[in-house]
Amino acid sequence: MKINSTTIPLPIDNIDTDQIIPAKFLKQVDKKGYGKHLFRNWRYSEGDSQDPDFILNKPERKEATILLAGNNFGCGSSREHAAWALADFGIRAIISTQFADIFKGNAYNNGIVPIELEKEQVNVLIRGSLQNPNLKIEIDLENQKVLSPALGIKETFDIHPFKKQCLVEGVNETEFLINLRPEIQEFESKRIQLP
Amino acid sequence: MVKTLFDKIWDSHVVKSVAEGLDVLFIDQHYIHEVTSPQAFDGLRNRGIQVLFPERCTATTDHNVPTVNQLKPIKDPLSATQVASLQKNCEEFGIELYGIGHEKQGIVHIIGPELGITQPGMTIVCGDSHTSTHGAFGTIAFGIGTSQVEQVLAAQALILSHPKTMKIEVSGTLGFGVSSKDVILYIISKLGTQGATGHFVEYAGDVFRNMSMEERMTVCNMSIEMGARGGLIGIDDRTIDYVASKTEISEEKIAYWKSLNTDQDAEFDQVISLKGEDIQPMVTTGTAPDTGVTFGKNVGDASHLSQKALEYMQFKPGEKIDDQKIDYVFIGSCTNGRIEDLRSVADLVKGKKKANNVNVWVVPGSMKVRSQAIEENLDKIFTEAGFEFREPGCSACLAMNDDKIPAGSLCVSTSNRNFEGRQGDGARTVLASPLTAAASAITGKITDPRVFLNEN
Repeated sequence: MKINSTTIPLPIDNIDTDQIIPAKFLKQVDKKGYGKHLFRNWRYSEGDSQDPDFILNKPERKEATILLAGNNFGCGSSREHAAWALADFGIRAIISTQFADIFKGNAYNNGIVPIELEKEQVNVLIRGSLQNPNLKIEIDLENQKVLSPALGIKETFDIHPFKKQCLVEGVNETEFLINLRPEIQEFESKRIQLP
Repeated sequence: MVKTLFDKIWDSHVVKSVAEGLDVLFIDQHYIHEVTSPQAFDGLRNRGIQVLFPERCTATTDHNVPTVNQLKPIKDPLSATQVASLQKNCEEFGIELYGIGHEKQGIVHIIGPELGITQPGMTIVCGDSHTSTHGAFGTIAFGIGTSQVEQVLAAQALILSHPKTMKIEVSGTLGFGVSSKDVILYIISKLGTQGATGHFVEYAGDVFRNMSMEERMTVCNMSIEMGARGGLIGIDDRTIDYVASKTEISEEKIAYWKSLNTDQDAEFDQVISLKGEDIQPMVTTGTAPDTGVTFGKNVGDASHLSQKALEYMQFKPGEKIDDQKIDYVFIGSCTNGRIEDLRSVADLVKGKKKANNVNVWVVPGSMKVRSQAIEENLDKIFTEAGFEFREPGCSACLAMNDDKIPAGSLCVSTSNRNFEGRQGDGARTVLASPLTAAASAITGKITDPRVFLNEN
């Protein structure tokens, strides 16, 4: 599985899930259509008009599927709506120095690859993207590489083999657990039952 | 082999190991609310399966519920649909629901302990990051996403990586007028919003030992605000007395619970040592919970403060945090919506009136907290002070219902997050203890509560 795409630089640290999708858009009972509310309060000026200066709204970023974010991306609320909004908007991978734990899990469960690199490398990618919006980078999931020959980037990233298998082979964790139901029931029945 | 409390609970819940460092962990208790569950129930319907252990699930409506005229139909059709969906899902899948109007309704993290459901040694999850609250009882409790809510409904287990462990020790005693909220705001200001990412925290030391269970819940509640997967506190007589006051427990259970505490010499991946004497009442100045400062300081003295945050908050670095004029005070939430919080507010404001420039909302965390407050006549103290005493729910902590702070208004809030727009589009939030919120309500400015307190 490879992702070859231009990028969206968002070099702000500690972007919380309230910014990714504000609470007032959490009222749906399905998973559809959250992309239009992604970064709602940053992306739209008064009312429903898009702020042309905000990076996500720029025409040259429209095709990008890789987000380059500041440190501690996705902190705060556990809302999976944040991952749904990013996926619906078309984001397939996010590169940062660190992700908040709950968000990271939500990203995996929605097919978004969270990639942690050293600060220096993230900065090189962000600078490169700001200078040249048409610059594409490649993410090679099998080989765990982020590649940009133009920027001299050839970095290896960590991913748990099980998480990689889930993404590459489309193994679904929920299916995996459902298949374990007999074992889980057996475990439950044998747990110490104190009066 | 010596072990931490965390590892004893974790190890006793591992169904099997999936791969190196990745376990299938059995979940004892699943709390459910209306916002993060509808898609999970849909998932079960699409697969044509039932909830594996409905008796291990407890649901309530809290995020969307009105706090005024709660029994009337919800005006916002989307909120109404979400609340109705939870009711339908709980009926269909056989899950106990404490919905609007039920005497046991309330914020999910308030009612769990209050009903005696949360007990030491458990693994507890909820589609809500403040699930860490339950760690006060010596539990592994943490927030999860909706895909995981579906997994727990379907299989009562999750696939999890073993986190690192961190001990945060606060020794000594707390000064006059310093509350548990100040302690956790202080810790977060030291560590930063990502300081404990990847870790599960154990809070240890005399400061936590001397706290009531409700104070411990306030501390554990905000563990997520420094990035921790969760936070827990060792089990002692206070833990046991609290649980025993809610439900019947056997001697065997008590002995087992006590055996779970961290062994002497057990090692943590990281240890942070702080002194209780160094902690003062704190308020935040920025748009993340790690931007706390003490009174008498300038806004710019806060740690972790960005230019972007200062601009949003409309503060200047050289200004004093004291005496900033405020518009709203919100007292409530899963952090500080319990009876002891309301008592401390009532003690401070008794016989006083709120400032004219301030709207004050007191929102009890549950129906039981509300009834208790009324029984103790706290409601009268609030009303006489000009405060609104409302009905239970998450309310202005995240403003999913009508309780929104208007754009540009400054609110002193006992909740847990001061993110941009958290309490309403453009709302500016200052996090503080219930005592600080009460003092600020009286003066109409951000105020050190010790001004109003008698040391003896």
